[in-house]
Amino acid sequence: MAINTEFIGRTYPATAPYAVGREKIREFARSLGDSNPMYFDVAAAQTAGHSDLIAPPTFAIVISMGSGEQVVFDPELGLDYTRVVHGDQRFVHHRPIVAGDELSCVVSVDDIRTVAGNDMITVKTEIMDSLGAPVSTVYSLLLSRGEE
Amino acid sequence: MGVEEVAVGYELPEQEFTITRADLVRYAGASGDFNIIHWNERVAREVGLPNVIAHGMFTMGLAIRVVTDWVGDPSAIVEYSCRFTRPVPVPDDSVGTVLFVNAKVTELLDSNRAVIALTAKNDGVTVLGKARAVVTLPA
Repeated sequence: MAINTEFIGRTYPATAPYAVGREKIREFARSLGDSNPMYFDVAAAQTAGHSDLIAPPTFAIVISMGSGEQVVFDPELGLDYTRVVHGDQRFVHHRPIVAGDELSCVVSVDDIRTVAGNDMITVKTEIMDSLGAPVSTVYSLLLSRGEE
Repeated sequence: MGVEEVAVGYELPEQEFTITRADLVRYAGASGDFNIIHWNERVAREVGLPNVIAHGMFTMGLAIRVVTDWVGDPSAIVEYSCRFTRPVPVPDDSVGTVLFVNAKVTELLDSNRAVIALTAKNDGVTVLGKARAVVTLPA
C-alpha cells in the first residue's frame, strides 16, 4: 500500500498534558551516562537560574514520540511501521524543559515524499506549556524502506 | 580555554563513548522506544541489519555531551539536528562498540550564539550526518 500524500498539512488535536518529573529527567540522563548536575541537583539548577531540574537537549523526543504515534500508526496513512527507520531529527528549543512542566503537543504532517521507493514522512511536533507558550519544536523524519 | 574565548575553528574536547547491549536496554526503558531492532538480534538480522543497532536518538543524545560538558549548562543548546546516516551495530559481548565524537565551532551568530558542527564515528564510519548545534555562549 502506498503512503497517503493527502496527509501533508494535516494537524492533530493537542495531546493531554505530559507531566515532566524530576525522576524521569534523572532516569533519562542516567541512561545517557550523563551526570551533569543540572539534571540531578535541584539546588545547582536553581543557582543557574532554572526553576527546577532541566531536561537534556534530546529529552523532548520522549514527549514528541508518544504524541507522534497518532500519526504514524494511523491506518489511513499507510506507513509500514515494521520497515521504518529514523532518518533525520531536529530540535528547536524556545526554552529548556523543566521538571514540573505540563507539556502538550500539537502534531502535524510537514511533508511526505517517496524517493527511490522509500516513503518519507516529516512529523512536526509543537510542544507547549500549560499557558500555551512554545517550549520546543521537534521535527522527525521517518523513512520506510521499500521492499527489495 | 573557556567558552568566552571562542572563535571559528575552535575545537571542543573530543570524547569517546562505549555502547553495550545493556546501555540500549537502559535507554529503551528511559526513552520509551522499545523498537525490537534495538534489543533482539534475531529480528534485527531478519530485517537485514548487521546486528542489533543503537537507537539513533541514543547516539544523538551521547554526541551532544561533547557540547553540554563544554558549555556547562545544557539549556545553552537552542538547536540540535542531525541525519542518521549509518547504523551503529552493537555486539552481544562485554566489550561493546565505541562512538568517537568531535565538535568544532563553524560560525558565530548574533545574540552571542555559535554554530557547532559535530562528527560522530563508529568503526571508522561517520554515523551522524550534518550534525549541528546552535549554542548560546555565556555572556
